[in-house]
Amino acid sequence: MEYEVVIGLETHAELSTITKLFCGCSTKFGSEPNTQICPVCLGMPGVLPVMNRKAFEYALKIAITLNCDINRFTNFDRKSYYYPDLPKNYQISQNYSNLGINGYMNIEVNNTIKKIHIHNVHLEEEAGKLIHPEEIGADYSLVDFNRAGVPLLEIVSCPDMRNIDEVESYMQTLRKILLYTGVSDCKMQEGSLRFEASISLRQKGSEKLGNRVEIKNLNSMKSVLRAVEYEIKRQSIVLDKGETVARETRLWDEVAERSERMRSKEEAQDYRYFPEPDLLPVFIDEKWLNIIRDTIPELPLARKQRFMETLKLSEYDACVLTEEKVLADFFEKCVNVLNRPKAFCNWIINDLLREVKDRKLDIHNLPIQPKQLISLVEIVEKGTISSTIAKEVFSEMVQTGKDPQTIIEEKKLAQISDESLIEAVIEKIITSNPEAIEDYKKGKKNALAFLIGQVMKEMKGKANPKIVNKLLKDKVGI
Amino acid sequence: MRLIKSTAIQIKDKIVSGEIQAKDVVRSLFEWIRETEPNVQAYITLNEEEALKKAAEIDKKIENNEQIGLLAGVPLAIKDNICTKNLYTTCASKILKDFIPLYDAFVIDRLKEEDAIIIGKTNLDEFAMGSSTENSSYKITCNPWNFDCVPGGSSGGSAAAVASDLAVMALGSDTGGSVRQPAALCGIVGVKPTYGRVSRYGLVAFGSSLDQIGTLTKDVKDAALLLKVISGNDLYDTTSAREPVPDYIDGIDSSISDLRIGIPREYFAEGLNCDVLKAVKDALKVYERLGAKIIDISLPHTEYAVAVYYIIANAEASSNLARYDGVRYGFRASNANGVISMYCRTRSEGFGNEVKRRIMLGNYALSAGYYDAYYLKASKVRNLIKSDFDTAFKKVDCIICPTSPIPAFKIGERANNPLEMYLSDIYTIPANLAGIPGISIPCGFSKEVLPIGMQILGQHFEEKKLLQIAYAFERETDFHLKKPVFKVSSAKI
Repeated sequence: MEYEVVIGLETHAELSTITKLFCGCSTKFGSEPNTQICPVCLGMPGVLPVMNRKAFEYALKIAITLNCDINRFTNFDRKSYYYPDLPKNYQISQNYSNLGINGYMNIEVNNTIKKIHIHNVHLEEEAGKLIHPEEIGADYSLVDFNRAGVPLLEIVSCPDMRNIDEVESYMQTLRKILLYTGVSDCKMQEGSLRFEASISLRQKGSEKLGNRVEIKNLNSMKSVLRAVEYEIKRQSIVLDKGETVARETRLWDEVAERSERMRSKEEAQDYRYFPEPDLLPVFIDEKWLNIIRDTIPELPLARKQRFMETLKLSEYDACVLTEEKVLADFFEKCVNVLNRPKAFCNWIINDLLREVKDRKLDIHNLPIQPKQLISLVEIVEKGTISSTIAKEVFSEMVQTGKDPQTIIEEKKLAQISDESLIEAVIEKIITSNPEAIEDYKKGKKNALAFLIGQVMKEMKGKANPKIVNKLLKDKVGI
Repeated sequence: MRLIKSTAIQIKDKIVSGEIQAKDVVRSLFEWIRETEPNVQAYITLNEEEALKKAAEIDKKIENNEQIGLLAGVPLAIKDNICTKNLYTTCASKILKDFIPLYDAFVIDRLKEEDAIIIGKTNLDEFAMGSSTENSSYKITCNPWNFDCVPGGSSGGSAAAVASDLAVMALGSDTGGSVRQPAALCGIVGVKPTYGRVSRYGLVAFGSSLDQIGTLTKDVKDAALLLKVISGNDLYDTTSAREPVPDYIDGIDSSISDLRIGIPREYFAEGLNCDVLKAVKDALKVYERLGAKIIDISLPHTEYAVAVYYIIANAEASSNLARYDGVRYGFRASNANGVISMYCRTRSEGFGNEVKRRIMLGNYALSAGYYDAYYLKASKVRNLIKSDFDTAFKKVDCIICPTSPIPAFKIGERANNPLEMYLSDIYTIPANLAGIPGISIPCGFSKEVLPIGMQILGQHFEEKKLLQIAYAFERETDFHLKKPVFKVSSAKI
């Protein structure tokens, strides 16, 4: 039977504020366990939460970016469940009046734009982390509360995705938006960006949704895609047999590449939501909304279109450049000073990205400055160095951080255009290669290339190739 | 007169003038505690060593002519649900046995800044859930006027301590009457400020939207002084008000001749003890004599207050008390196998019956499918109760009624009937639901010579006016000067 796949995604993104959502503790990742804690994020008796304004504004920024209706009078709710990593055994979250509702995000699949509706965007606090001892038979577990209270943004999509490609594009587009707006570092390996998928199948043409299965424990975008693929297959097999898919939550096993039931719908928890009495409702007026609106940058999709239309880049180039905001920013800084989009694009895509990859550098901490690349392009254009030498200079720039001019001077790499100097070398080469001259005179064209090569070799590649060519032809007499 | 029988203002004046030293006050107080505390049982933890140290510091400040605080040398008792750094804070619960907070509550910071001396932590109903202080896991506090009776609750330890001079003043907390009711039953002054007037930071939460720290003092002026010290905005409590704090003592003796006093007819109904009724009626005559006008008013939604309160307070409590799980601090049951079993055993063994009852009721009211019928409906009725007061305060300046329908009852008398116990707070609960301030002052005695309290309610942030109204009565009467007589030999000094 032919099925239509219906997929929705829940995204959790840790916001990159300096301090936690309700206290002044640091949000830094990777510190010694329980070194970034205080009575508030430990849920000690008598403590109260105080809202981090920055975190709230970050959440608001994303709600606006995702075209949501903003709840002008938004409130927080307590979500109750018992787990040792949750200090208060309730999470301060939003349920009855989410910050943003009824939004959408455009994604691009096979050059077509599709609108994915956003059910809601809300702000909540992160839990701590359980550490299970490795020793066999250990009868305890440890808890690290450094992460407890880190601001967490939850973005819930509507079940609008119909295939793996759309899921992938949704994740990539959302990730780029979070990075572009600067609200999250989106480091999946550190858990600051996480996805949960819910999948159901229905007969093609049917309006009624099938039973939904939620998949948790998806640690990378790749595992999201694998798990979704696996689930589609699993559900079609069940349906093909004429059975019904059970409404349940399943856990993805990355190693085994399969999912297993975690709990059924009947076992679903009752979170006993009620309004958080310790926080006042937040009123968002037009003025505040406009201030936040003004901080939203051009989004990746729009930027890509602009690069293609006004800077005449190819789709591939525009795509690679806008993939990472830092690259696109770098590129624009260059182009704004010197209008050579193609040249800068090539340097960034081919050379800079290769260096970053080879040297395993952090893309957010690029080894060279735009003004250095601008000056390199200018030097090449002036003919001070050849494009071959330029590659060498670039590599040196990445390694040392020095300006191209300095490298050229220190290494004496400037191109030699002094005709008398070149002529002297040509004389020497002609004298020592009589056979080549003979060959050339007999009409063997590649003999000239050989001679040019010999001159360049003698001059360590620094001779201006145009002058060498001209003088050599003059000498050999054509 | 024995030194410790004095009010805080009297003691402070004597210390400032050099007539006495702070350490004399602390010493004589602990002497009296050693003698009397075994009968009253007001304290869970005593802080003698630190108190003496602090007294010595204050004496030194005075010797050196340094600036001293508003409460210099005044011995204060703190209800044991207010966090004190390095000093046990148990909430009278087994689950917080041996728990020592890492920080001081906002109010404790303020007291320390003003050179008050913290002498100990007082008994309460476990997590402030109760009206008799019988629900403590540690001890039963007796009413100083009759050791067979309860002191009221939940701030029973604080009220009994002040009434028997085991402390000069005390802090309590009031979620549904827990400051005003024990103040009434022990014959002292109790103030529940406007919600948001005093920071809740460091008060162990019971019903977060109702909780408010209040004062228990020997007279109205002491209440004014203590309230001034603990009030004000706190950045650590988003719900604390930015409203400026007036000087409550300044102008406390203003005339009340134009005062319009509202008498809610719903409060003078069935269940009201006749001694209490008579005492309040007599008190109203005093006000009339002073030129006040008595106006009959209605608070039509009063009959729902207790039900609304027990839904909202318990719902919030069930969530506030979820953190006591044995994972990070406090009591952890032994012999658990696995985390769920640790939770169950810890909470089963750590909490008392009344706390468990309220957690279950609260969880029920918040459950999927019941939320709308209970919590949401209760929140709506709460708004109606609030607007009852708004309407009333358009016609009157304050409302006067009994604080408790009955004087102190016998220990054990109501312990097995939670519903009857809940009705002890029938007159105090509405103020918490509406967030308005209330004060209970002594206004008479029953035939059994048990104190009777009268409650004065006012509009949000009108504590100053309430204190003036209370002081006008206090100046005309001597109920606040009456002291219980103990059959024990009196201490020296």
